[in-house]
Amino acid sequence: MTPGDYLFLFAGMGIVTYLPRALPLLYLAHRNMPRWLIDWLGLVPVAVLSALLAPGLFVDATTDSFVIGKRELLVAVPTLIFALKTRSLGGTVLIGMGLYWLAGSLY
Amino acid sequence: MANTDSLNKACSRLQVRSALVAAWPICLGYFPIGLAMGVLARQAQLPWWAVALMSLLVFAGSAQFICVAMLAAGSSAAAIIGTTFIVNLRHLLMSSALAVYLHGVKRSFLALFAYGITDESFAVNMARFRKGDWNRWQALIVNQLANAVWFIATVAGVLVGQLVPAGAFGIDYALTGMFICLLVFQFHGRIYIVTALIAAVIAVIWKILIPGDSYIVGAAVSAATIGYILLRRKQGP
Repeated sequence: MTPGDYLFLFAGMGIVTYLPRALPLLYLAHRNMPRWLIDWLGLVPVAVLSALLAPGLFVDATTDSFVIGKRELLVAVPTLIFALKTRSLGGTVLIGMGLYWLAGSLY
Repeated sequence: MANTDSLNKACSRLQVRSALVAAWPICLGYFPIGLAMGVLARQAQLPWWAVALMSLLVFAGSAQFICVAMLAAGSSAAAIIGTTFIVNLRHLLMSSALAVYLHGVKRSFLALFAYGITDESFAVNMARFRKGDWNRWQALIVNQLANAVWFIATVAGVLVGQLVPAGAFGIDYALTGMFICLLVFQFHGRIYIVTALIAAVIAVIWKILIPGDSYIVGAAVSAATIGYILLRRKQGP
């Protein structure tokens, strides 16, 4: 591929990535949003985070099948408890990494 | 630099520091992923400057991985751009949710801010905005710092990625650990926990039944809607 081809491809990807990031913000930030929309959007972060997280814990990446007992899930349980107890973001990240590393050497 | 001046006025040194502290788990998580993305790009014969250009213009982890895989498979530019669009539609939701906290902010700021909306910066910034000790400049610092680390990590992946041992120190788990804690930060009441459980169940089933990344938007919209209906029922009309 020539530099021009790369530029065309990445500019195209950039535009279709930027528009969904920008348009709702540019539109909604200057409108009075109805109460129901604000309430619904209030539930979006928890729903997005959970949707991002859960398949990595319960779905096998190669076969796309449901599994219980992935290393990611076994480590997630104590990591979740630690997060609930301490509410420390940095601490949770480090505990999660440490346990994942440990679990990897035991597996 | 008008922006730097207004940044100095709007943000005390303490606030800047707390923005840096808030961003470090993202940076820690982006490093191994960025390196891995760079290594794959090199294997797919992409030069380092192409990866740099992509990280700057696109700045979207999963889409960049998919792009490299599709380039390696010989896909057309149109197919890659179309796939990128679908994969990144989930940002519509995040951008909308952020609008609640950036209400009335001038459009030039929003246009710049939007560039840095990712799963990770969204989760960190929403947790802080909700807590109330956060301003938009701090949120922008988190976005742009994450972008800088992503840029450096992906380019470093092309240049020296082969030298770094994979999976060292459990660093592959950094973003998962961060998401677990940010999920906990979102538990403001029973309805939030219920919504999270619904989203998890739908996402897992959706992911198994429908290949690709549509499960993120599908599960998030469904769960937020069900949660909202449950909330309205409890409160009455």
